[in-house]
Amino acid sequence: MKAVVTVMLKDGVLDPQGKAIGQALAGLGFAGVGEVRAGKVIELELAETDPSRAQAAAEAMARRLLANTVIESFRVAVETA
Amino acid sequence: MKPGIVLFPGINRERDMAIALERAFGHAPRMVWHTETDLGDLDLLVLPGGFSYGDYLRCGAMAAQAPVMGAVRAHVARGGYVLGVCNGFQILTEAALLPGALLRNAGLRFISADCHLRVERTDTAFTAHWQPGAVFRAPMAHGDGNYFADAATLDRLEGENLVAFRYATAGGEVTAAANRNGSARAIAGILSPNLRVLGLMPHPEDLVDRLLGGEDGAPLFTALAAA
Repeated sequence: MKAVVTVMLKDGVLDPQGKAIGQALAGLGFAGVGEVRAGKVIELELAETDPSRAQAAAEAMARRLLANTVIESFRVAVETA
Repeated sequence: MKPGIVLFPGINRERDMAIALERAFGHAPRMVWHTETDLGDLDLLVLPGGFSYGDYLRCGAMAAQAPVMGAVRAHVARGGYVLGVCNGFQILTEAALLPGALLRNAGLRFISADCHLRVERTDTAFTAHWQPGAVFRAPMAHGDGNYFADAATLDRLEGENLVAFRYATAGGEVTAAANRNGSARAIAGILSPNLRVLGLMPHPEDLVDRLLGGEDGAPLFTALAAA
């Protein structure tokens, strides 16, 4: 079972990388782009077969290591297919 | 006081740190590998700068989980001294031994330049050899040194007088221009509540010899040796 953990900087935490990407997009002529935020995606291949237990396990991993909750928030999506 | 340097793969500033410690303490520090779990009778643990584990995931995130960190935590719990410089500071925040986090520099660029640090208190084992209000020069070399903590944490750090150093001009004035990495409230270094753990981004260990351009950073190490 695959769990996808998306880690983003919390609202209110300066994201200079996202800003730079936004400026680059504007420089390339892409109009109408508002705020850009950059984060990371971590895919976990889990032996667990129960979706809710997989969700809980991935959340525990995110809290312990994958995200630094001082500055980052995360969400976990379990792919059952 | 017996100093030791904790080494993680990817750390590259341990030799400068060893020189600074040996000059002040009169004997070489013990080198502690990241897999060791017995720190023996060390009184001071130094986490030097570099790029532990290639800065994977986040600067210091992997090192904070290394086997040696259990012994480092026990050392801190016993009231032992810990100094974290640059990546070492990042590791201490990732291990939650100091509050806050170090974000990407506000200007996105890696900054390799001298800065000036204003000493915010001189009644600690780390800062006792500076005069109150002292300003000293220190090289900085980091891409992620932008100190961040939420407003309540910053208020607590200031209220409890746990800010050790602030980025300032050579004259000691805290200005936006002097705070090149964009750190919250110009914070360059912070102390634990028991004043035994210090983390800072710039490198005092790189200015401990006139042949290398000055001795501005030496008071940190002589003060520790005398503590």
